[in-house]
Amino acid sequence: MKSIHRKFIKLSRRLIQDNNRRQRIRNALKGYEAKRGSTIERFQNWEAARQVAAQIKWEAINHLDEFLPQFVDNATKNGMKIHWADNSYQAQSIILDIAQKNQAKTVVKSKSMTTEEISLNSALKKKNYTVIETDLGELIVQLKNEPPYHLVFPSMHLSKEEIGEIFAMHFDVGLTHDPETLTQIAREQLRLKFLQADIGITGVNFAVAETGAICITENEGNARLVATCPRIHIAVMGIEKIIPRMQDLALFLPMLATSGSGQHLTAYNSLYFGPRKTHEQDGPEELHLIILDNQRTTLLARPHQRELLHCIRCGACLNICPVFQNAGGHAYAAPYQGPIGSVIMPYLRGIHSWKHLAKASTLCGACTEICPVKINLHHHLLDLREQAYRLKRNLLENSLFKLYTLYALNQSRFRPILRLFYYLQNLHKFIAGKPFDPFRRWCLRRELPRLRRHSFRSFWRRQRKNLPRLMLK
Amino acid sequence: MIKATVFIPCFVDLFYPEVGVRTVQILERLGHQVDFREEAVCCGQPPFNSGLHEEARKIATRTLRALERSSVIIVPSASCAAMLKIFMPRLFEGYPEYDLAVEIRDNVYEISDYLVNHLGVVDLGARLKGRAVFHDGCHGLRELGLKRPPRELLRKVKELELVEASDAEMCCGFGGTFAVRFPELSTCMAEAKCATARDLEVDFIISCDSSCLMHLQSSLRYHRSSITTLHLVEVLASR
Ligand code: SF4
Repeated sequence: MKSIHRKFIKLSRRLIQDNNRRQRIRNALKGYEAKRGSTIERFQNWEAARQVAAQIKWEAINHLDEFLPQFVDNATKNGMKIHWADNSYQAQSIILDIAQKNQAKTVVKSKSMTTEEISLNSALKKKNYTVIETDLGELIVQLKNEPPYHLVFPSMHLSKEEIGEIFAMHFDVGLTHDPETLTQIAREQLRLKFLQADIGITGVNFAVAETGAICITENEGNARLVATCPRIHIAVMGIEKIIPRMQDLALFLPMLATSGSGQHLTAYNSLYFGPRKTHEQDGPEELHLIILDNQRTTLLARPHQRELLHCIRCGACLNICPVFQNAGGHAYAAPYQGPIGSVIMPYLRGIHSWKHLAKASTLCGACTEICPVKINLHHHLLDLREQAYRLKRNLLENSLFKLYTLYALNQSRFRPILRLFYYLQNLHKFIAGKPFDPFRRWCLRRELPRLRRHSFRSFWRRQRKNLPRLMLK
Repeated sequence: MIKATVFIPCFVDLFYPEVGVRTVQILERLGHQVDFREEAVCCGQPPFNSGLHEEARKIATRTLRALERSSVIIVPSASCAAMLKIFMPRLFEGYPEYDLAVEIRDNVYEISDYLVNHLGVVDLGARLKGRAVFHDGCHGLRELGLKRPPRELLRKVKELELVEASDAEMCCGFGGTFAVRFPELSTCMAEAKCATARDLEVDFIISCDSSCLMHLQSSLRYHRSSITTLHLVEVLASR
């Protein structure tokens, strides 16, 4: 499957050429970054908070064999119906089954990356269910028939003008670019849908083992309506969403909001303990929770990669990543983009087809520095490169590096060749940019560095004593 | 007299020999007896970063052996210093050279780290006229945590005005083979950095990493910019 690799190159090139869009995206991301920076100051000690968060996640993931059953036990007692799904296909069929048994027609959804991961929307649409995204950003990309661009800000790549056009095209409204009006339009369009829908589907941000409750955080209040208006609520979560105790939320909720969008706290943070109880007035009649594996246990089984399950999907690593900023979220062609996407996609979907993502990084480490749960993202990328190399060698790359090794082990033998290159480089300008120019790709808006007549080595060898005078013209 | 070995990485040797010379000069001015081991060609980072650990080990073993007898190893390249200090033990985990790698790790110093944190020297009596930004190479900044030392050194340079760029910590886009594999993305990142420097109207971009500077310089040259790139040691040795 070379195609995802080609897609990466093609889509990143497209964004690079679209200067305005790229600038807008970068400005937006820098804005989050700045906001995040000032919110962090409200933490007494952000570094200590990161350390504690990393430890709690470590505890949860390394004792998943205790916490997951504890959670399931409590959730079942609370009245949730638990379903286990090994893979996307199983998760889809469980949900389709529930829909069919209940003769559902319309499904409303709140934002959930896990449902993107299992391609739920297309599975539901194939069976003729009407699926409506109710998160504003998610709704916009759905209308545009695009995948989410960023795991926290799904439609951040679109300008308000573009959004106005999309709304004018799909709804019976005039053209407007005013964000306030656009939000109103979406709200009106969606209100009826909440009431009509038979099923509401949400993700899960945290699942508390101690109480068997699921926690959903959001900014628009739509997830609450999705979870409470329809007769049936289906929540989908990966096994890694577990946290041990209620009190852990006191750290994770502000941390998630701060890292992701620079807020102190997201506007709505809800805990669901189960479906409507007999004495209660509202809420769904059934609450189904799908617990998804989808290769997560493979990660769990690898001690070195296990920490990748600590991720709380805050999106901070995307915001800071210079590659994401310039290549754009769609280039990743994945539900999880940016650095975290680059490290987990190869494990979730196979290194063979996804190894290019590990190489699409400068290993600058900004992601590792920012990650609230201290995942060593760029070192994982290094690991992946090694695994990828062992799996399949690129002939050209392999021979070039072998040659380089020969040079490094015996550089004096290469002296005549280097000398030759020194003279040849003057001729390069005649072939620069031509199809047979071996440095064509480097020379795209960049000049070649110039090999020097005398290396440091040769100076040291021959003219050590006169070194300063000779070198310093 | 302190005996110090300079480790001059492969690309500095071939493309920026003056960086090596200046490093030697600075150390000698500070009264060091400087030594250079010819067999230490490369830290092994290029193949290591590409996943070719076997090749990296061959190269690194030779370098480790060459540096074995030295208790102070100075590297004028933060990225190679990080390879020697941080990644080497990882590369040799489970191999006989592991102990050697760990032993050498503690003797390796990036030049600004050595001057400021080890010797406590910040003023080298350097003079350079103009305005400059400092570019934090990612390895120096994030693997070695060297945010402060180069800036302290630069602030003491006479007639040099150091301005802080908002994107000083942003990667320049070189990333070794990344620059070759993804040329568009890579140039784009370099251009962004150079644009900030241009907006700040500086004369120099200074860094502790010739590899970053090589990349930035190729972009500057292409765009016929008047900004000059300088390695920290070139600034510190200037009079
Ligand atoms: S890897 Fe870290 S920074 Fe990235 S989304 Fe996950 S928790 Fe956030």
